[in-house]
Amino acid sequence: MKFQKKFGQTKPTIPTASLPDVIFQLILFFMVTTTIKVYDVKVRYILPEAAAIEKIENKRLVSYIWVGRDGRIQIDDNIVQLDDIIDIMYRKRQENPNVIVSLRIDRDSKMGIVIDIQQRLRKADALRINYSALQKL
Amino acid sequence: MFRRRKRAEAEIPSASMADIAFELMIFFLVATTFDVDTGIGLVLPPAAETTEQVKVKQSDIAKLLVNAAGEVLLDGELITVPQIRETIKNKIKANPKLIISIKTDRETSYSRYIEVLDELKLAYNDLREEYSLKTFGKSYKDLTKDQQEEVKKEIPIRISIAEPEEVK
Repeated sequence: MKFQKKFGQTKPTIPTASLPDVIFQLILFFMVTTTIKVYDVKVRYILPEAAAIEKIENKRLVSYIWVGRDGRIQIDDNIVQLDDIIDIMYRKRQENPNVIVSLRIDRDSKMGIVIDIQQRLRKADALRINYSALQKL
Repeated sequence: MFRRRKRAEAEIPSASMADIAFELMIFFLVATTFDVDTGIGLVLPPAAETTEQVKVKQSDIAKLLVNAAGEVLLDGELITVPQIRETIKNKIKANPKLIISIKTDRETSYSRYIEVLDELKLAYNDLREEYSLKTFGKSYKDLTKDQQEEVKKEIPIRISIAEPEEVK
């Protein structure tokens, strides 16, 4: 029995014209799904290093407090006074009861300011904190 | 006068467009850095006036004092920072209900405090690792989420921040 080739004379081609569109769609998807929240940090700080650090799993819960080497305190985009922390953090906690306060404190700071901030966080009932640190190698 | 030549229709080759788009995507993938939040987690005690003072037996507390010069005293005895890990581990093994209370001076440097806290965390991590090896025969990081929770419940981190003496 003889098989006859009925087609196949022309080379089969996959239309590639729409491939870029597919890739662009991928790019768009990634661009839309990644949320980047950028703060304008006005204080200068270098984080301390630690070995037993953990990642904060849920970034949406995190609220930051920066403390620069000159002792200025920044929350969100503003430089604040020590006593403002209570009100600000209390409000944040009402919006989000599970808020984690990430303390980004300069490594050359004194514990005095850390204690002061902690006392105010306790007053605001924002008890979950995280001392931001870099991985020690 | 002008003769029209029959021409093939002009076409832009679009086969490599996908490659260009890919290259773009790879560039963005490489160029975006996510600054991951890493740090030492802790839960502060509630404000002093809102809760009743819980009485804890003196023998269940290990007092860790970091003074202004950066020296560490564990229950009144001078100790170096790298020693903390082993000492605390042994203490917790001897008394699983041990609470570690950290107290610092206002003049203590923050980096020294983090070093001490780090040592404590390392001690707890070691204990959790030992427990998971003993119970599940696997390393802590290879356990399932539920098992990790179980280990965490079994060896809770009991680090307490002592009440500062004077509040500004």
